[in-house]
Amino acid sequence: MPVIIFTEHSEEKIKKSSLEAISYGVALAGKLNTDAIAFVVGPTAATLSELGDFGIKKVVHANDSSIVTSDTKSMAAIIAQAVEAYQADIVVFSNTLTAKGVAPRLSVRMKAGLVTGAVALPDLTDGFSVRKTVFSGKAFADIQILSAKKIISLNQNAFEIIKSTGKAEVIPFTAANIPNSIKIKKINRVAGEISLAEADKVVSAGRGLKGPENWGMVEELAKLLGAATACSRPVADSNWRPHHEHVGQTGLSIAPDLYIAIGISGAIQHLAGVNRSKTIVVINKDPEAPFFKSADYGIVGDAFEVVPKIIEAVKQLKK
Amino acid sequence: MKILVCISRTPDTTAKIAFTDNNTKFATDGVQWIINPYDEWYALVRAIELKEKDASIGIHLITIGGAETEPIIRKALALGGDEAIRVNSTEEDPYFIANQIAVVAKEGAYDLILTGKETIDHNGSSIGAMVAELLDTPFISLATKLDIEPTQAVVTREIEGGEEEAEINFPLVLSCQKGMAEARIPNMRGIMAARTKPLAVKEPLASEKLTSTKAFVLPPAKSGVKLIPAETPELLVQLLREEAKVI
Ligand SMILES: Cc1cc2nc3c(=O)[nH]c(=O)nc-3n(C[C@H](O)[C@H](O)[C@H](O)COP(=O)(O)OP(=O)(O)OC[C@H]3O[C@@H](n4cnc5c(N)ncnc54)[C@H](O)[C@@H]3O)c2cc1C
Ligand SMILES: Nc1ncnc2c1ncn2[C@@H]1O[C@H](COP(=O)(O)O)[C@@H](O)[C@H]1O
Repeated sequence: MPVIIFTEHSEEKIKKSSLEAISYGVALAGKLNTDAIAFVVGPTAATLSELGDFGIKKVVHANDSSIVTSDTKSMAAIIAQAVEAYQADIVVFSNTLTAKGVAPRLSVRMKAGLVTGAVALPDLTDGFSVRKTVFSGKAFADIQILSAKKIISLNQNAFEIIKSTGKAEVIPFTAANIPNSIKIKKINRVAGEISLAEADKVVSAGRGLKGPENWGMVEELAKLLGAATACSRPVADSNWRPHHEHVGQTGLSIAPDLYIAIGISGAIQHLAGVNRSKTIVVINKDPEAPFFKSADYGIVGDAFEVVPKIIEAVKQLKK
Repeated sequence: MKILVCISRTPDTTAKIAFTDNNTKFATDGVQWIINPYDEWYALVRAIELKEKDASIGIHLITIGGAETEPIIRKALALGGDEAIRVNSTEEDPYFIANQIAVVAKEGAYDLILTGKETIDHNGSSIGAMVAELLDTPFISLATKLDIEPTQAVVTREIEGGEEEAEINFPLVLSCQKGMAEARIPNMRGIMAARTKPLAVKEPLASEKLTSTKAFVLPPAKSGVKLIPAETPELLVQLLREEAKVI
């Protein structure tokens, strides 16, 4: 019966996106009059009993350092065992890179209808339907899940984290016969950057900045705001910025609280990756730039004059 | 080495998104259709690059779709596929589609199955992993590099804050994204040759459906941009703090 929330951690703590999924799972369990269980795989320094602060009463922890968490096959097998052990009907993921590899596999194993990119709690008035983004954020679809078992993968930044009080009981879980189908050779991490997918503020710039040497002010503004940096596709294609910063239809799709676009025209393919942002600020010297139509706030002006002034104003604010 | 590339047809990236029939169907009037960009630019082009290095590689394409998808398959053949299979169904449930692909993949004993990162209309990002589970093979999502060695593939994928390289034995399924391949333009010779390449049509196998689309909804329009004079950007900062409450 219960709802299981697949809960991811990075280094020391539970990921923010997983806290969103937990809040979603707890709310859903409440609607269905059942329990919400957080399922954690692998060793972590996070104090799991503190998930009680988010309404979780039970944390099931497969604390086995030999599990290769990048192996989608073993992860799906482990989660399936937990689902079986706790007789869960619904599994909730945050739609992360990990979930994209694991949730569909679990869907096949459980014969559970899967909705990825969910943005709201299910509508239970007529069956079980979940709203998700389609057409790269240009529309939503209500997807009816027809099977008895169900999997929902929640978009990042789509559901508010809900605080509660209490302590969660942590129960160890031993998974059996886990296959290992891949061998990790190396991992390269870009240290110190704020992960774009998880960032709640993003400062982004486009071809209007003329060249890579002009990104200093973008980075400075991002740093002041605690924001991640992003860019339009031609900027990444010209190697002015690293490829992982490219947002849009063919790049990363993001939904931060604040998206500041500097010298980006607002082509439809760019908008497709950023139009779920809550507040959009556009700085462009062309008053006709299409981006202004999708913006909440705009400044028509030269980025090289406007951005340094914004940086000054943010510094003043912080004093 | 046999590679199966999964090709889907999507509306052009600039297509107007609107719905008909009480918001239950996508309005196709005047819509241009393209190969889903991830399938073309990354999955298919990488397969072609590999074949250019090793001519013994066979590239087969598969689409689950009605007859209306054939121009798209021909275009993919023109880019460089050897032959194609169309499973004649307009069903959209990912589990159903994955089952059809898995059946063909099993029969054809492919070493490598490539999909795009996601379709730009359904945004499921799920079919590749489903196929892998049905075939009980490894799956790597969002691969950015692929090299093949005699018995294994070396694959790099995006992880949060970096990338990870892994070695995996064949057969395997990968979903492909940016980084996988160089951009290329189809040449006329390819387009002519594609007319005579084999395109087999198969009827779908019976399979369960786990989901169905009830209705579409368009997001509420933005209420309009608030313009701040370029001389007073501090006003923007103030609004972001006091009105939007985001900084
Ligand atoms: C299939 C397909 C997929 C695509 N996918 C993506 C994608 O994922 N992401 C993406 O971004 N693009 C994508 N594109 C490309 C997209 O169509 C645009 O070409 C691209 O977004 C434009 O980038 P830009 O806004 O940085 O550059 P431009 O269009 O050149 O715009 C530069 C802007 O800067 C302004 N400007 C110039 N100087 C200044 C100044 N001094 N101060 C302030 N403003 C200034 C100009 O007025 C202009 O509006 C895709 C295209 C296709 C066909
Ligand atoms: N109807 C289809 N026929 C063949 N392949 C498909 C089909 N739909 C999706 N795919 C493949 O699966 C990938 C992921 O699709 P999706 O899970 O819908 O986002 C696409 O990039 C395609 O490679």
